Amino acid sequence: MSQPTQETVRAEARAWLEANWDPSLDLKTWRTKLVDSGWGMPAWPVEWHGKGLSAALAAVVDKEFRTLGAIGVARSGPRMLAAATLLEHGSDFLKEKFLRRILTGEDHWCQLFSEPGSGSDLAGAMTRADLRDGQWIVNGQKVWTTSAHHAQYGFLLARTDWNVPKHQGLSYFIIEMEQPGVLVQPLRQMNGHASFNQVFFTDAVVPAEYLVSKLGEGWKVATTTLMHERRAAAEGMASGLQSAKRVGKAYDQERAEFAITMEPYTWYPQRAGRPDLVIERAQATGCNTDPVVRQEIAKLLTMHRAAHWTQRRARAAQQLGRPPGPEGSLGKLVGSHVARASANVHTLINAADAMLTGDDSPMNGIIAEILVSTPAASIAGGTDEIQRNIIAERVLGMPKEPLTGMDRPFKDVPKNTVQPRER
Amino acid sequence: MKFSFTDEQEQIRTVVRRFLAEQSPTTEIRRLMATDHGWERAAWQRLSGELGLTGVHIPEAYGGQGLGFVELGIVLEEMGRALLCAPYFASVVLAANAILNAGSEDQKKELLPGIATGETVATLAFTENNGLWDSAGVALTATSAGGGYRLSGVKSFVLDGHTADLIIVLARAPGSSGDTGLSFFSVRGDAAGLDRRLLKAVDGTRKLARLTFDNVPADLLGEEGAAAAPFAATLDQAAVCLANEMVGGADQLRQSALDYAMMRMQFGRPIASFQAIKHKCADMLVEVELAKSAAYCAAEAAAENDPDLPALASLAKACAADAFMQTARETIQLHGGIGFTWDNDTHLWFKRAKSSEVFLGSPTYHRELLMQRWNV
Repeated sequence: MSQPTQETVRAEARAWLEANWDPSLDLKTWRTKLVDSGWGMPAWPVEWHGKGLSAALAAVVDKEFRTLGAIGVARSGPRMLAAATLLEHGSDFLKEKFLRRILTGEDHWCQLFSEPGSGSDLAGAMTRADLRDGQWIVNGQKVWTTSAHHAQYGFLLARTDWNVPKHQGLSYFIIEMEQPGVLVQPLRQMNGHASFNQVFFTDAVVPAEYLVSKLGEGWKVATTTLMHERRAAAEGMASGLQSAKRVGKAYDQERAEFAITMEPYTWYPQRAGRPDLVIERAQATGCNTDPVVRQEIAKLLTMHRAAHWTQRRARAAQQLGRPPGPEGSLGKLVGSHVARASANVHTLINAADAMLTGDDSPMNGIIAEILVSTPAASIAGGTDEIQRNIIAERVLGMPKEPLTGMDRPFKDVPKNTVQPRER
Repeated sequence: MKFSFTDEQEQIRTVVRRFLAEQSPTTEIRRLMATDHGWERAAWQRLSGELGLTGVHIPEAYGGQGLGFVELGIVLEEMGRALLCAPYFASVVLAANAILNAGSEDQKKELLPGIATGETVATLAFTENNGLWDSAGVALTATSAGGGYRLSGVKSFVLDGHTADLIIVLARAPGSSGDTGLSFFSVRGDAAGLDRRLLKAVDGTRKLARLTFDNVPADLLGEEGAAAAPFAATLDQAAVCLANEMVGGADQLRQSALDYAMMRMQFGRPIASFQAIKHKCADMLVEVELAKSAAYCAAEAAAENDPDLPALASLAKACAADAFMQTARETIQLHGGIGFTWDNDTHLWFKRAKSSEVFLGSPTYHRELLMQRWNV
């Protein structure tokens, strides 16, 4: 058989879609068909629901889906992180059991990495898994867990050996969320929303075959997951939502799926500070004539514009195939500067009204939500301090932070004394 | 907006950077800043003759290379990095642009080729003792007399005004005010009745002069009474150019701070290994890269004569001035005691940062202009 080219792949994908895509199908029926065909994940290997195509050719297939408005595999929530990690590190048993159901959307997944005692220092995880009578018994607490309240499965980083240095004692498991030893509770944030969960494990059970990769290899596997997470973050929210206007049962079901996934995150735009609202608000309140306010607006919008242009420079360099310059590594940190400055300007503009919230607050609570959501911008996805370390070390080549405790068993390393909270 | 430089533009940068590294070591900067003249004809001729830098954006019809503001921005960024002591900003940016914006075809053909080849060093005299950067500050008068004009009044803060061969002067008709009655004139540097005095400037690498005009004979440049618009355009272009020059200086300071942090040992380790220093260096990179993005964007807007140019010029000027000054302060801080000494080179760029912050209007002034230009 000859090598596939852009033309042959495009023709083949189109022919298959024209023969099979039907928006009046039930979403699960359609996705089952799609996963069986391999066109849902064209870059995956043929034996695991794919076509074995290069990334460039897979992009051609994606384009055909968009052109025809065909719905792809399920992508909402952290499911694709689980899928990508299992594809790379999972046993055939695990791939067989889980991959298909991830892609069809039958199972929801969550990521069980962060803990109250280990945020920036993820490898300091203290949730433990102990082998008892041929199965793993899990005890501990995870936090900031997206989707845990409706997930059937989680991917879990837990400590299996306390007598080796910290990165070496971690293992990576799949855990069934619907069992007596797992308690999921919403974690209420300072802005009143509860977008994440905390998960408590009390003698939760994990079958021995749910260990991913080898015992003690958990950090390596988690690194794969984190790499995919960063890539997904860089590519933006993959909504999979083709259009709000399209008609058909499959579209309705996909929209419902997306709405459920996004419901806890309506405040995310406010977290970024909403600099887009600043001029409108200043004109509405009349303080656009105040020279002090004008200065602050100009400072904010200058930074906001410059941040945008810096991202465009990074993207242009990437498209030209040039080595990445420093400008590509600054976005996260600059974003939190913009968010903070924007919250300050909104405070200045809205004056006494900035003390109010809900429907007593300007724009039906949006302004208040900005003021109490922006502190998240400099924490979520890597704190400003960690971002500065990354810039200093990876971009500027400055000495790395010394890693302490690498020379001794994790049990002897100073740690937080956080205990699972009373429930 | 393209958001990237072409390979040819990158090549210009490489050539200019290499040339200036050789031409403008700090020993040379220190030697020239101590002189009243401030620059040397021989070095100027190499820069204009060998590299053609004085004609980079001047159209070929007037003896230049016919490139644009993006290339001019690159050259200026490298000159800012090298802290070159030369009347480039005065002649190629201020004077040449005023002539391009205001002059008649014949006047451009007469005046620009000398500037493009570097034989003529020109400057623009617009600010007066009141230190206002726009036309509102212009009081110097031009009176017509026997087919020509005579200028009387005082211009100040004139870049290289004491050494320029040709001075473009912004003057007004007696009794006029604001944007009306403004005209450009060209005056010879050795004209009768012109008194030129070097001012003592904080930044010794950029000379400022006060020019007193006592009935000085002058030639009208462009249309009488119609200089307001070409002057405004010249100011916007100059702000863009200065922003690009400033980001070069800021980048040089940032790199020197990083180099020093990597080398300086305290408490048995390089200070670059302390998080307080690492975070400072990361923040400096953020400041400088954001300012670069603004300066590059503004240069492209100038090249394309984008309608948003006036706003972007002010945005870039304010952004670059703040970044340059902030980087200069932090670079001294990072050097510690040695950073406050005369022997350490940091103060040379610090002083350029200070004078550039003020020249053409402070960041506060330009932020207000930005708000006006965006109709806020």
